[in-house]
This record gives sequence, structure tokens and C-alpha cells, in this order.
Amino acid sequence: MDRRPRVALFVTCLVDTLFPDVGRSTVTVLERLGCEVVFPAEQTCCGQAHINTGYHRDAVGLVRRFVATFEGFDAVVAPSGSCIGSIRHQHAMIAAKAGDPALAERARAVAARAFELSEYLVDQLGATDVGAAYPHTVTYHPTCHSLRLLGVGDKPLALLRHVRGLKLVELPNQDQCCGFGGTFAVKNADTSVAMLADKMNDVLSTGAEVCAASDSSCLMHIGGGLSRLRAGVRTVHLAEILAATEDAAK
Amino acid sequence: MSNAQPPPAPIHAPAGVGMLRGTRTFPAAARLALADPQLRHNLGHATATIRDKRANVVAEAADWAELRDAGQAIKAATMAALDEHLVRLEQQLSAAGGVVHWASDADEANEIVTRLVRATGHREVVKVKSMATQEIGLNEALAQAGIDAYETDLAELIVQLGDDLPSHILVPAIHRNRAEIRNLFLRTIPDIDPGLADDPRALAAAARHHLRRRFLSAKVAVSGANFAIAETGTLCVVESEGNGRMCLTLPETLITVMGIEKVIPSWRDLEVFLQLLPRSSTGERMNPYTSLWTGVHAGDGPQSVHLVLLDNGRTSVLADEVGRAALHCIRCSACLNVCPVYQRTGGHAYGSVYPGPIGAILSPQLTGIEDNASLPYASTLCGACYDVCPVKIDIPSILVHLRAEHVEAQRERGVPPTPEAVAMAAAAWTMADAGRWRRAQRSSRLARLLGRRRDKTQGIIRSLPAPLAAWTGARDAPRPPAETFREWWAARERSENGKAQ
Amino acid sequence: MTAREATLARIRAAVGSAAPVPAVPRDYRVRGDLEANAAAQLFAQRVAEYRATVHHTDRRGFAALIGTILAGAGVTRVVVPTGLPAGWLAGVADSVMVVTDDGGLTTEDLDGVDTVITGCAVAIAETGTVVLDAAPDQGRRVITLLPDHHVCVVPAERIVTTVPEGLALLDPTRPLTMISGPSATSDIELDRVEGVHGPRRLDVIVLTAA
Repeated sequence: MDRRPRVALFVTCLVDTLFPDVGRSTVTVLERLGCEVVFPAEQTCCGQAHINTGYHRDAVGLVRRFVATFEGFDAVVAPSGSCIGSIRHQHAMIAAKAGDPALAERARAVAARAFELSEYLVDQLGATDVGAAYPHTVTYHPTCHSLRLLGVGDKPLALLRHVRGLKLVELPNQDQCCGFGGTFAVKNADTSVAMLADKMNDVLSTGAEVCAASDSSCLMHIGGGLSRLRAGVRTVHLAEILAATEDAAK
Repeated sequence: MSNAQPPPAPIHAPAGVGMLRGTRTFPAAARLALADPQLRHNLGHATATIRDKRANVVAEAADWAELRDAGQAIKAATMAALDEHLVRLEQQLSAAGGVVHWASDADEANEIVTRLVRATGHREVVKVKSMATQEIGLNEALAQAGIDAYETDLAELIVQLGDDLPSHILVPAIHRNRAEIRNLFLRTIPDIDPGLADDPRALAAAARHHLRRRFLSAKVAVSGANFAIAETGTLCVVESEGNGRMCLTLPETLITVMGIEKVIPSWRDLEVFLQLLPRSSTGERMNPYTSLWTGVHAGDGPQSVHLVLLDNGRTSVLADEVGRAALHCIRCSACLNVCPVYQRTGGHAYGSVYPGPIGAILSPQLTGIEDNASLPYASTLCGACYDVCPVKIDIPSILVHLRAEHVEAQRERGVPPTPEAVAMAAAAWTMADAGRWRRAQRSSRLARLLGRRRDKTQGIIRSLPAPLAAWTGARDAPRPPAETFREWWAARERSENGKAQ
Repeated sequence: MTAREATLARIRAAVGSAAPVPAVPRDYRVRGDLEANAAAQLFAQRVAEYRATVHHTDRRGFAALIGTILAGAGVTRVVVPTGLPAGWLAGVADSVMVVTDDGGLTTEDLDGVDTVITGCAVAIAETGTVVLDAAPDQGRRVITLLPDHHVCVVPAERIVTTVPEGLALLDPTRPLTMISGPSATSDIELDRVEGVHGPRRLDVIVLTAA
């Protein structure tokens, strides 16, 4: 490649506000692999929570903002399977429903160039060894939207297997939802927590120190449960593991 | 055409009859179910068993993806010309000696069946498991007319004997385990062997013995239908136990109640569904018994054959271009068995004869969204249902579509906006502009709300005010960091620009 | 307006007059690629997996096999359809009472019979299914329902590999019963057990011409 790939980072509103380390780690990994990372400051939120809760009219402005912010870039990368899922599968629908076919067309075009982090690293950059080191026992929860909506398959696992010092242990029942589900976690808190209990059981059964995933929202839910139980297992985003190096570990 | 009547408005399934509406919202009903450890155990065991079986026989079918594509397309094509297929079915079935009746809703269907049973002079009917007759509350309507209806499917029998409600499409008594069923049989079946064991084989034998006399003396049967073939007028019932064959063969009169969406255009289409249904449903390559009959067969089986075609809200589902795919459902229940919500709450929490993911999109459309407004939210949108659906119904997308319909319905009713609607509108307004969003992130109000520091444990919050108290009831929340990502980025840019100078 | 007219009008209003009818892709397997012998083997294996008992024989051993099956099961009363080929019962012991159903047997009569012997219209290997279509060698539907034991003779040349191949050979306007193993239920804990209302024992005889 004669030119550095130029990547627009869509950091997501959740990471921006509550988990900035995940955003910083995403920048670190992309830059380590030779990308020029741009952070368009006009970005806010993809509107997923609005769309999935039924507030489709309210989401139109967010879709418009997202499309206007990112349509000038060749590649958009986000450290979130569910936000990319919403961008790919819902933005055009929201625009069409609002009677704006031109916006729907533009949304489709941007969505075609928007990637979840592991997709971008493995498919677009062809990298599975990103030069990371992380001397911990890790289990990986694939998260539903990465697994089913995006079909990222074992790309995150391929990345983790190349991390030095990392011991990967398989999570039982990994394709089962953790129970987050956006506003489901609050609207149906009892069911959400029942699902979380089983997910935590599975995580604890692995003996891992760290439960990793590619969605900060699911991690906030699983991590919030583990923390409440003082279970002694941390939740860490895939990007943070891939950003870690031997230098940092010392 | 100028003097033609205006097109009729869609009608929903009427309230006050049948079983499509619960008495509680889903979250309230789920809370009760989740607190029942026996139920949780029974459901967990049963759904895990069937999930594995299904996965094995689906993996064995090399052309599964192509079968699903065909199934989906046949259903979509059927809906696009549903009137023609129903008229054809009526013609063919009538020509073969059957009688076709049309019912706009549950009340009409119940009236028709009651009238037909009365005309036979008998006061007892045996029933083959049928979702449609449960949907319309037929047994209750017959009881009011002094007619006793006896369920003959083992799980339906368990539900009926226990004065219970069905909780699964395929296995209505999935919430009961063998020990509970044994106790129920001992309590409710006269002349039962008090030494009855609790193994499923012994329990099935007890049901056989209990129902044998009833089958042999039955004069009238009521069934549903899995498929009706327009091209030939043929009806099809798929079953396992043989109770279906008993009801479809022994009585003099057979009355079948079927939703209008169950028609399929041609005989050839059946080759697709007879492969998709058993593998998805019971996890078998083929179910033990499939019966097909075309009107009256001289000297063989019932000599008086009726078909009641039921709308009961289906045409209003059909009118919704996104939601109409819910009518493609072939009632296999694979989506229930893989649903992480259903696996934990069971079917009663859905308040409808149609539970699980398919119920969450079908019931609200049949009744009108506001009568079942909590159901489309009874899902994490994990997508497991869509993956296993044999006719590829995109259930998550329809759930999202119905959530929007509910939000719009509330807006249109002019009720004061809910706190959620206010919050969503405020968030959307704030985040439609990066400057507003930045200021909001920094605002002390947000930080105070999220960061009420009752617990000084670093980096986490142990309790939040309503509505986020529902989060911190069982989960800690992260404390907002000192610096947002965009603040960090801006600082980095400034320092790099500084270095460059 | 009648309910019929009203329902049809609602359907037309819901779908719209210009609803496109999507084409149906039929890229699934229609024909199996097994030769006759392999199809018969697969059929026998799949039927057996559903707890039916499978026997193989040719014309010479056939009559004796039926006699052996009935004797082994302690059968005293057998019902057969009118068109059962002559000679099929040649090996049945004299002590066994054989009733031919001419359409006049009552349900009570049939309830007292141990075993029914029939042929079949078609058999499907991949699903282990036999199909009865009430032809003279199979009889009325009720005779294969009430006896607790069904002996079904499957001539090897009637075995096809796939479900589509099987359905293509059938006349949908006849009363059809597709049977895959004995009566079963999974209604208790989704644990499959054989034997509820239909025949609890199914013997399948694969009959080769040789």
C-alpha cells in the first residue's frame, strides 16, 4: 500500500462519555498498524437506542448528523458491533420512513464503508497479529449483534490468539445473549438480570481474570453485575487488549 | 367502480373472547415467572433438550438454506394473492364434498362451530391440538352452549386437567415436569393406577388408557390445520401421538378451524414445509404422523367435513407491509426454544396463546398494538429467533417496527408524553448537534445525576435514582471519567500542533 | 355483506391490487443421488432410528417372515385390507384369526384386533417414512390406527430418497397417512417416548424382488 489508510473513528456516544480508554485504545491500535486516524468532532450518536426503543422520528436527526459527518471518508471504524449493526441495518430504514429517500441512499453508501473494529483489522487491513501483549487469562463473549447482525465470526478470536502472553479460555454458551438489550436492561430489568446471572455463571466457570467483548454496552452490563458481586473478574474491551504492549505491562 | 363500496377498514381481534391479551404487562408477568425456581428449571431443561435436537437434524440437511429461501418465498407469494388462493381452496374443497365457512372474528368462528356441533345432535367433541381454536376461546364458547370439548394431545390434556394455560406452541405443558404431571394425573383422572410411575412412558400410557374410550365413541371432532392446499382442497395435520389420526378418522363429523394465512398454493409447496417443519419443531427428520384429507372420502373417515376460515385480525396484519411477515409463521416454535427471554420467563408471561418471539410480533398485531404494547419490548433483539426461523421471518426488525408503532400511537393519542419520551426527545435534540452534546457531556447536571457518590468505591456507582434505579438494583454503574474521549482527543491535537510549531 | 365477502375485501384492501408476487426459488434438492440399493439401506436405517423394527426379505422368505413376526408378538387376531396380495398370509399359523376389512368392521371390532398387515404407496428413505394412500393393499385409514401393532410391507421399488420425490408420486386427493416410526410424544420435558395413541409397535418389512 503506497498510502496510509485514512480512517474516521466513530467513537460512539457511550465510549466518548463513559469509556474513553476504549476510544484511546482504538486509536492506538489503528495507528500502530499505520493508519491515519481522524476524529470528526461533529459526531455524536448513531441513534441506536432511539431506534430500538421505537423513537424513529427522533432518530432522523441523528442519522442525518451521522451521515453528514462521515460520508466524506473511505472508511469509518467503531469499537462497537451494535452501533455498526444499527448503521448498516437501520439508518436507511429510518431515513426512508421519514420520507427522505435521498438521505436513505446516502446512509446506505456510508454504511457500506463502516466497520466494526475487528472486521476492519482482519478484513480491510489483513492483520491478525497487531503486536499486542496481555499476560492474562481471558474469556471472550461474542455479543449478539457482532455475532448475528454483522457475522464477524471468529475474527475477534483470531486477533486474541495472536496477543502475546494471553491465555484464551472458551466461554460456555457464548452465543447466549447477556441480557443487556439497550433499554431492555431497564424496562425488563428482572429478565435482564436473570440472563445476566447465567452469563456471569458461565464467565466465572472459565476461571478467567478478564471477560472481553467488542461492545462497551454489553460489557457495562456484565461488568456491572460482576462488580456488584465482587466476583473478582474484570471486563475489558477487545480494543484495550489489542492496544496493550509489553512496555505498558511493565 | 364509482358506486363500489369503500374498502373496509382492517379489524383487530375483538377483546373479551379468546386468548390474545394478558391481564398483566410483560415485565410484571415475567417478574412472577422468574421467581419460580421449578418453572425456571423445567424450562431450562426442556428448551436445552430441543435446541440440541433441532441443531443436529438441521445440520444434517445440506440444503437447509435453500429450503428456507423457498419457504420464505412461498409464504410471501401466497400473501400477495391470498384472496385468490382462498377462493381456490374453497372451490376445490367444496367440489370434494366439504363445506367452507368464513369467520371475520373469534365470535363468528365460535358461533359457526357451535351451530355445526349442535346440528349433529351430540354434546361432546374431541379436539386435536389447535392454536387457532385456543386463540378464539372455542372450548369456553362450546362450554357456554353446553358442549364438552376434550383435548386429546398429551400436553393439552395436561393443561386442561390442571385448569392451566398453555405456555408453548408445540408443547403447551412445557412448564410442567414429570413429577408434577404424575401428581396431576393421580388427582384428576378417575380409576387411575395409584402406583403410576413418573417416567414419561408410563405417563403417556396413562393418557392412552384415559382417552381410548373417548376416541372410540366420539362422533364430532374439531381440529386445526397446519396447511391447506388451494390447488387440491387438501387439508394437512402434522402430529406425533396419533390422537390427531383418531380425531381425523373415527368421528362422523370433522370441523377444522384454520387461520386464513395457512393456505399454500400448490401440492408441490408441501414438499418444502414437510421438510422445514418437523426439523424445526420437534427436532425430528419427520414427525410420526401426517394426515392429509381432501373433503369427504367415501367409506373412509368423517362423512361430514367442514372448514372454518378465520380472520380475527389477520387482515390487519396483512395490511402492514413490514409486519405482515408474521403471518408466514408455520408454528414450529423454534424461536421460543432459542429465545433467551422465553427460556427464563416461559410462555405465560406473554399473556397470549402465542408466546415467545413470534408471539411478541403476532399478538400485538392481531389485537392492535396498544392492547399488547409491552410485548414488542420483551426482547433484547439478540437475533437468535431470526437465525432459526424456517421461513426467515426477521423478527427483530418487526419488533423494532412495532415499538415505533407504539410510540406513534401514544403520540397520536395526545396523552402527556411519558418521561421516557421526554428523555428520548431531549437526548435526540442534544445529540443532533455536536456543540450541544459537548456541553451536555460537561454539564454538572449530567455528572451529578450519574455520579451521586453514595458509595466511594473508585470508578463505580452503586445506586442511581429512578428510572436508572432499575439498573443499579443488580448492577453497578460506571462513574463518568474526568475526561471524555473528545476532550482527550482535542488536547492531543493541541499538543501535537504545538509540537509541530 | 357476508363474512366471506368482507374477509376477501379486507384482504384485497390490505394487499393492494398491484402487489408483486415474488418468484419462488427452488434450489433445494429434489432428486436424491442414491442408487436403489443404497436408498433401501438408508430407509431401513432411518426407520430403525425411530424405534421401528426393520426386516429384510425377498419373495421366498417373505411369507415365513410374516408368520414369525406374528408368532413372536403373540398375535391372535389380525386384520388385513381386501386387496392384500394372495400369499402374504401363507405363513400365518392356523391359530391366528385373520379378519378382512370390507368396510364393515366397527371401531369396537378393530379395537379387539392385535395386528394389522398392509402394503404401502411410497416410502421415503431420508426421513424413514412410509405413506399409505388407502389403496386396496392398505385399506381404510382406521385399520392401521386402532390395532396396537402395524406390520407394513415396503416393496423396495417403492422406496425413494427425498421428500419431494415421495410427494411427487402421490395423489393428494386420496386420503394419505405418512408414518415415521411408531406413535410418539415429546410432551413431557421434550423427552421423546414411543407409544401413545397410534400403534405402539411398527414392524417394517423391506421386500426385495430377488
